[in-house]
Amino acid sequence: MTPGFAGTTRNRDAIEFARSTRVRTSEIVFLLAAVLSWFLLPRQAPMLNEMAILALFAVSLDLILGYAGIVSLGHAAFFGTGAYVAALFAKHWLPDPLVGLAVAALGSALLGLATSVLVLRGSDLTRLMVTLGVALILYELANRFDNITGGADGLQGVVMGPLLGRFAFDMGGRVAFGYSLTVLVLLFVVARRIVNSKFGYGLRAIRDNPRRATAIGIGSHGRLAAVYTVSAAYAGIAGALLAQTTGFASLDVYDFHRSADVLLVLVIGGVGWLYGGVIGAIVFTLMHDVLSGLTQQYWQFWIGLLLVVLVLVGRERIGNVAQRLVRGRDPNAQGDLPP
Amino acid sequence: MNPPVLETRGLQKAFGGIVATRDVTFALERGARHALIGPNGAGKTTLVNLLTGMLAPSDGRIFLDGSDITSMPAHRRARKGLVRTFQINQLFDSLTPLQSVALTIAQRNGGGTRFWRPLARDAAIADEAIALLTRLHLADVMQRRTALLPYGKRRLLEIAIALAGRPRVLLLDEPVAGVPATESREILETLAALPADVTVLLIEHDMDLVFRFATRISVLVNGAMLVEGAADEIARDARVRTVYLGDAFAGSLGNASLGSQFSNSRNG
Repeated sequence: MTPGFAGTTRNRDAIEFARSTRVRTSEIVFLLAAVLSWFLLPRQAPMLNEMAILALFAVSLDLILGYAGIVSLGHAAFFGTGAYVAALFAKHWLPDPLVGLAVAALGSALLGLATSVLVLRGSDLTRLMVTLGVALILYELANRFDNITGGADGLQGVVMGPLLGRFAFDMGGRVAFGYSLTVLVLLFVVARRIVNSKFGYGLRAIRDNPRRATAIGIGSHGRLAAVYTVSAAYAGIAGALLAQTTGFASLDVYDFHRSADVLLVLVIGGVGWLYGGVIGAIVFTLMHDVLSGLTQQYWQFWIGLLLVVLVLVGRERIGNVAQRLVRGRDPNAQGDLPP
Repeated sequence: MNPPVLETRGLQKAFGGIVATRDVTFALERGARHALIGPNGAGKTTLVNLLTGMLAPSDGRIFLDGSDITSMPAHRRARKGLVRTFQINQLFDSLTPLQSVALTIAQRNGGGTRFWRPLARDAAIADEAIALLTRLHLADVMQRRTALLPYGKRRLLEIAIALAGRPRVLLLDEPVAGVPATESREILETLAALPADVTVLLIEHDMDLVFRFATRISVLVNGAMLVEGAADEIARDARVRTVYLGDAFAGSLGNASLGSQFSNSRNG
């Protein structure tokens, strides 16, 4: 092999490697579709708002589950804390949404940092139980201190100020959806940066093989605590968006079904590639919307069936079939399926 | 005689009633090509686990460059250049070899934890990783997922990751186990060609490879250090003959003396 030849192969590999984290066309199309939905579907804004919030919540879970391998059945702990902090802050201090969002993020991040010590070590089962336990504790605390939280009746009389001092939240929910979507897109971009950084690869290394991660000098505790804190802040922001855009917070934000739903959403969309949370949220919300219109009480039957099929048949096999169908039409098409 | 880089004093490890490491006191000189041999169950891997901090000793002390590292966490020892490979591959299955090695290099470079800059876009790291992977015959598979690689390639990656850490002391736990003879010889030549100030401790069962590679040999039996010395001394040692090499020794002796000549001429 001549030096020149070696040089060119090396460059090609390096270029391919660098490209691996570049924004793909499919990602831009995805973003455009999201933005277009704001213009084209004004009447669906409340549902889309719900979708965006659920997507952010699921992205938050993906950061710890998909990248760091921390399973959680109590992610509502942070969602609920964000929601209550935002609602209480708006009611008692300042109705400005952005300041409220920052305060809620800070509050849930602190809770995440404090509880991260509980998930640093232990098996999946311990982590499931510990996270579940934390969420239950917070639920009952919110229930007990109903003089502050409003208990089961919820926190009434939360009036949000206009966004950026200009855009008041309207009945149609378009400002709300625009707000949630913007926050989702910004935080998604940040999450994408994080998972592609040295820090993000370090997390994957810890998830894949903690022994080897240690052997190459990666200390797991600091990294896991950091990502847990960031994830908690994300979940808190999702909760805050819900409280702010609906002007309401009740015990439901801490409820177990929220933790279970977000896990389900992430499994539907695929773990460990960030888009899974968004796609899962779209599928989940649409299924909820369509199916509960058809069979009001039994819509979860179909979600359950989808879950069983996805997990048993395997996403990869379904993906391969889909890819073949797409390739049948366009031989050059490359699917961006989850790994 | 060079000063010791890695040193143990009275190192002891017991699992319940079983003593896996028994009062081990030994030293690795800077730049040594040192082999650790001993029958199965002698406690060789346990000793590596103790040295790297993956296990905590029941008693005794460990020194790196003269400073006590007995209670230093494993990942900090790695950052100080104490690097190991594993007898059973320990790889990052969802990453590609290129990502694994690039991460190791970035980790070694330090500079704090980076949250923002994409790892794959650091040209210096990518170039170094690609060069290393090419040297270890992994160029053709470096952008594939590690989980999909055949065993031989995975074994090479195990070594590539260790070298990416630019070790000062490298502990090799049967690095060529399961690798075909021609390739294993090549791997050990790569390892022997490491810079002269890199200290290497090799655990290996193939006596031919051991004598080819090592200038000094320690023999571990039942967790205790039986004898330590120059390769040709060990080859002649009667205790080693009876305890470890047994009846097959006669056959190995020829290779052994050849091997030590080989390594002497290489070092001279």
